[in-house]
Amino acid sequence: MNDLIDLALDAAQSAGAQYADIRISERETESLTVKNGALEATSSNLSTGFGVRVLVDGAWGFAGSAVMTAPEVERVTREAVEIARASGLAAGDPVQLDDTPPQVARYATPVQEDPFAVSIDDKLAILFEADAAMAGVSGITVREGSIEGARERKTFASSEGARIEQELTEAGAGIEATAVNESESQVRSWPNSAGGQHVTGGFEAVRAMDLPGNGQRIAEEAVALLTAQECPSGPMTLVIDSSQMALQVHESCGHPIELDRVLGMEASFAGTSFLTLDKLDTLRYGSEIVNIDADATAPGGLGTFGFDDEGVPAQNVPIVSGGRFVGYLTSRETAPIIGRRSMGSSRASGWNVIPLIRMTNVNLRPGEAGTLDDLIADTDDGLFVSTNRSWSIDDRRLNFQFGTQIGWRIRNGQLAEMIRNPTYTGITPEFWGSCDAIGSEAAWRLWGVPNCGKGEPMQTHRVGHGAAPARFRNVQVGVGQW
Amino acid sequence: MVATHTGRRAAPDDVLDLALRMVRGQAEALYLARDAALTRFAGSRIHQNVSEHDASLRVRVLEGGRTGVASTNRLDDQGIAEVVARATELCHRAAPNPDPTPLAAADAGAGDSELGFVAATALAEPERRAEGARAVIAAARADDLVASGAFSTDASTIAIANTNGLRSCHRSTEAKLLTVMTGVDGASGYAQAIGPDVAGIDAAAVGAEAADKAARSAGATDLEPGAYDVILEEYAVQTILEYLSFAGFSALAVEEGRSFMDLGNRVMGDNVSLWDDGTDATGLASTCDFEGVAKQRVDLVTDGVATAVVHDSATALRAGVASTGHALPAPNTFGPMAWNLFMAPGSGSKEAMLSSIERGIWVTRFHYVNIVHPRRAVLTGMTKDGTFLIENGRIVRPIRNLRFTEEIPAAFSRIEAITAQTKLVGAEYSGINARVPALRIGRFAFTGATAAESGA
Repeated sequence: MNDLIDLALDAAQSAGAQYADIRISERETESLTVKNGALEATSSNLSTGFGVRVLVDGAWGFAGSAVMTAPEVERVTREAVEIARASGLAAGDPVQLDDTPPQVARYATPVQEDPFAVSIDDKLAILFEADAAMAGVSGITVREGSIEGARERKTFASSEGARIEQELTEAGAGIEATAVNESESQVRSWPNSAGGQHVTGGFEAVRAMDLPGNGQRIAEEAVALLTAQECPSGPMTLVIDSSQMALQVHESCGHPIELDRVLGMEASFAGTSFLTLDKLDTLRYGSEIVNIDADATAPGGLGTFGFDDEGVPAQNVPIVSGGRFVGYLTSRETAPIIGRRSMGSSRASGWNVIPLIRMTNVNLRPGEAGTLDDLIADTDDGLFVSTNRSWSIDDRRLNFQFGTQIGWRIRNGQLAEMIRNPTYTGITPEFWGSCDAIGSEAAWRLWGVPNCGKGEPMQTHRVGHGAAPARFRNVQVGVGQW
Repeated sequence: MVATHTGRRAAPDDVLDLALRMVRGQAEALYLARDAALTRFAGSRIHQNVSEHDASLRVRVLEGGRTGVASTNRLDDQGIAEVVARATELCHRAAPNPDPTPLAAADAGAGDSELGFVAATALAEPERRAEGARAVIAAARADDLVASGAFSTDASTIAIANTNGLRSCHRSTEAKLLTVMTGVDGASGYAQAIGPDVAGIDAAAVGAEAADKAARSAGATDLEPGAYDVILEEYAVQTILEYLSFAGFSALAVEEGRSFMDLGNRVMGDNVSLWDDGTDATGLASTCDFEGVAKQRVDLVTDGVATAVVHDSATALRAGVASTGHALPAPNTFGPMAWNLFMAPGSGSKEAMLSSIERGIWVTRFHYVNIVHPRRAVLTGMTKDGTFLIENGRIVRPIRNLRFTEEIPAAFSRIEAITAQTKLVGAEYSGINARVPALRIGRFAFTGATAAESGA
């Protein structure tokens, strides 16, 4: 492998590149899906390849290939240089990278129980037991559960002298029950929707989810939702559970703090950001109890690693401090524009694509409001919502609308009737400004979002968000007539 | 010149034949290759410029109700042997499924096809894409606008063989240029061109369309949300069809009771006909699915009545019908997918639609649409890159972006006019492309607006 690395870096510089890096990656995944009592899917996937990124006359070029041979490395490196020269046909100011010192290091995800070493029989036993728990509830029409494991081994080397080897291990699992009648279709998931919960770590995380122990409850809730009351419409006090808070952070904070988005580099795809450069250190993003950081060192997060894909060490940096907006996610190209050094959030979803600024673990820090029960007990009248079902936000990350799988009215400090099809909408700074309670450390949980899309060609990446349940005042719920 | 990479790989036939020879028993081998290049620009300069070459083999092994699937992109003899061994091992260790997805029959295959393959696209050089970007940027600069966008050229091969004797292979190309142009006072405009032939991409025209829209959208002001008559341009219509496909054009969605498609009954207005046809070269052709089954035209909604949904081998077996050729790669619990959509044109024009509206909204496109309620096909999303107020038959001013939350089958029962011209539109997030007309719809539900003080 070292020969291929040296070959690429030498060839790039010989061809005129002022800077070059190469990433060699091997990602393997294994997944099992049980549906309606039968093993519906087993799969094992392996993807290997390399990508060469070069700066020629201050313009970027990148090419990648799955063929790991010396002639192909030479050919792809030449292609990257030629692409960079083509970029020069419409180049702006030359790209300047920050002065991050090149690192020579290794990193591996701490793992107690290797997900690839756990037998299929053991994994299936968990899924079949959870399936049976859901099947015992009358009225459930579709039952599904899945367990996944992933491991990526990657090497990064640059013409500046960086040489980093990393081994990242992931595990994930989830179950879902669907109930339908003549006019409704209702779904409940555990521990989260969109495939469940995902972490960096080992199979111990899957065992801790207790899928079988939650199967009956979510199935009963799915059936009950068919005849539950529709979501009321109007301004209301809203208590949001930890997992939905994770997606709220993702869409209304995680994406708008990506500095490439702020600078317009994503304008033609998912849009820009209201957090323009003039807002840094000045904008009141939320109420004084809102504190958010980007922590690539958080144990177990899907956005946890040793080094990003530009070789920058993982860091924890403040984003919102006491409600004030104080930081961006940055890369080596963008950080100097705001006079800073990269905080290490440049990540590629695979060997075949370039690193982009991606969320690490963008976490809402815990507050002092205690547990979820404490939050509800402290709320006279409101709506509690749980588990994401739909999400949408405008192209500057201001106007959002979320739907959740389930809700309950809160009356006199207690959960009252179940609510189906809950939705809520708001404008980002107003919404976060209305936050008056955030759960404490004991109620805080780090969630994995394995399906974050960004860039052209689109990269689907894995990011994390920690959050505790939180309360917001005067939120518009029950959106639209349908 | 950057040479195409395709010729350096093992031929699909060789890969498939070797894989199937290594399997004892029933198996399917799927070969996917992609040579993709994309030149991206922002701030009126090229800021990302990439190329990738990948090919993979996916093997599905079946034995006594057990199934194992493995994939690899290492396609030398050893890599192929390893992936076959992994799929076989998974198959042997798996629990039996009483209802396994069968292999497609030999006569269900599509044979060889190059429908929608244009060599010039496969061989397009980075200079060709850069010139396209420059033309768009020049159009932006002429109107004091800033251009962002992407110009991509892709060549793809899908080849499938199975131990029943089925064999299908389809090579295709796609060229796509899109731009968002922005300017002072909130100006924002969009345009897109897509097709199999890079020579058909008129970069100057794409630039001119976006620049015109952006120039007219400067100075947008608020409009109270509510129900308005709307003109949806083709970009917006494609997005709606894309999400209808996610929500309910699949046989599995109907089977599981999560689709709005009430087969045999009226679900939309009688002026609405929708179908999927991967063999129609006026779309982006795909002649076989990921099981190798030849794609059939499926009339989804005919004169407003839900007439059919798309099938893969699994749903077809349970329904007692033939697969329509809409399978996704195994293993797949999502079900089949319609991704070559068409909507029947009408007889109208955008000009006539505009002149007939007393008060309404012109929507260029939608942003970040999602499914609020799949059974009712309730969607939400924002308008983007050119939203205008219509009064007394003409556009009177640009308006700030609005959020819609609408039950689409109900909205498609209020279509008052359909253009005679259609446009092929590529999806923003998925591979679901559609050839669609523009629509006039009565009382479309806008439920929110981006706040004025936000400056959006």
